[in-house]
Amino acid sequence: MKKIATREAYGQALVALGRENADVVVLDADLSKSTKTIEFKKAFPERFFDMGIAEANMVGTAAGLAAAGKTPFCSTFAVFATGRTYDQIRQSVAYPHLNVKIAATHAGLTVGEDGASHQSVEDIALMRVLPGMTVFVPADAVEVHGAVAAAVRIDGPVYIRLGRMAVPILHSDDFKFVPGRAVELRPGTDVTIIACGIMVAEALKAAEDLAAEGVNAAVLNIHTIKPLDVAAVTEAARKTGAVVTAEEHSIIGGLGSAVAEALVENCPVPLVRVGVRDTFGESGKPDELLLKYGLTAGDIVTAVRQVLGRK
Amino acid sequence: MINIDPSEARVRANQIRCHIINMTCAAGSGHPGGSLSAADIVGALYFGGMRIDPARPDWPDRDRFVLSKGHAAPVLYAALAERGYFPVEDLDSLRKLGSPLQGHPDMKKLPGVEMSTGSLGQGLSVANGMALAGKIDGRDYRVFVLLGDGELQEGQVWEAAMAAAHYGLDNLTAFVDFNGLQIDGPVTEVMSPLPIADKWLAFGWHVIEIDGHDMEQVFRAIDESKTVKGRPTAVIAYTVKGKGVSFMESVVDWHGVAPKEDQRDKALAELTERRPD
Repeated sequence: MKKIATREAYGQALVALGRENADVVVLDADLSKSTKTIEFKKAFPERFFDMGIAEANMVGTAAGLAAAGKTPFCSTFAVFATGRTYDQIRQSVAYPHLNVKIAATHAGLTVGEDGASHQSVEDIALMRVLPGMTVFVPADAVEVHGAVAAAVRIDGPVYIRLGRMAVPILHSDDFKFVPGRAVELRPGTDVTIIACGIMVAEALKAAEDLAAEGVNAAVLNIHTIKPLDVAAVTEAARKTGAVVTAEEHSIIGGLGSAVAEALVENCPVPLVRVGVRDTFGESGKPDELLLKYGLTAGDIVTAVRQVLGRK
Repeated sequence: MINIDPSEARVRANQIRCHIINMTCAAGSGHPGGSLSAADIVGALYFGGMRIDPARPDWPDRDRFVLSKGHAAPVLYAALAERGYFPVEDLDSLRKLGSPLQGHPDMKKLPGVEMSTGSLGQGLSVANGMALAGKIDGRDYRVFVLLGDGELQEGQVWEAAMAAAHYGLDNLTAFVDFNGLQIDGPVTEVMSPLPIADKWLAFGWHVIEIDGHDMEQVFRAIDESKTVKGRPTAVIAYTVKGKGVSFMESVVDWHGVAPKEDQRDKALAELTERRPD
């Protein structure tokens, strides 16, 4: 299966966007080679601004650019893009609902060897709570292109969560990315696995393994955490009677929380959340970390068995 | 020589001060001290210093003013009302439920407010972005931003100062309202930002030091900043917190306390007596 990192796809998507939209400008904080905004810089040097290692100022500057009619994309690692700049995003971007797009790479544990200081497991929670913020977590390169194009059409702030590692392409090129709409990747009757980001591929693997055990698992891909497709989540719970969520993020405040909130209000069913369990990460190879912190297809299978026992 | 006759701005600044007293009294809360210290600077900008049109608050080529020290919202609202952006009578709705005159400026609620501010340290970055956009688009508008002296304690200000010089934003003028006081006391005692002028110089800015209550000096600084090429201009304006009201001048307690009705009357009497011709 062809693999490409979502940050690589982001770099390509930005260049395509830059060609068709002259208002798009890109800011980075000394990480353009890693975030892949360097591709935009090469294509449109007059619309690229390296803001140095000063993330707060980068976001504030983006707010000013947006107030003057530009559509700025800001990129750095997710841990800095949301934590270091939280007040700037809240006060200067979200509160005035400005057209700033924050595309953060190196999200989650799969940053790997750099360790916990660089592994963002709380960024979805931070962005999701801000009024008016749209939160995208693309699962593959195709969704990245869709998310970037959608972000420009949305009037207001958007957060796009991207990863460092190469991940499988899940969609064909004609996939239509509709913001706020869940994507059923596999129908099922016994349980629904709701996943985002790199965990979507793991959820599909888990569903295969479960099929061999005679468990018919549906897989729902949530590329938009906010606004959440509450109707699709509720319908899936109603149909299958049990839900497992899977995300490369803390189980507090992210996809698992969003799904739990929707289900408790609309269709309470047994739920198990797969994700980082209220802890920081550590140095290691991405695959080692996913194994150690319980973020593999095998962990999803275990969670499904648990949730089926409570059905 | 200055190109603009400062006499109207003097009268308007006095009127702005009266509005500040009236509206904070009506609100029962707010920040009169730092609003009064900035009244001459803001008055100069809205009455001669800036290219603006109250009928077209979204005019792409307008000059922009960012009130980075957002707690001085009353001075901005008073200037906007005086300039005709909205009726002067609306000033009395300051800080009241449903009013576009929020406790700190909200650009989505009040036309003429260029940026929502209130969390200190962020306005210069935003002004940089606006100035950068002007450069990209080849528009000749100018961006003005007003910072407090205590606000200079925020690290983001210096990130932004570095960036503005790096990108050669000569379409940007930053005023520092150096009134010397912050909530906990004199800025030099709380966390000294001194030497202020040297810092901006060291960051690569053109620096002008003025008496922030001398209208001629304020206009001269605005004019000079428009002639500087290749770098932004910082105007260090030495001011008096509470300026114009004897019992408020240089009294730190008037940072965030509204005048009672008798205090309002006394203040208005003083201001009326000193009204310029």
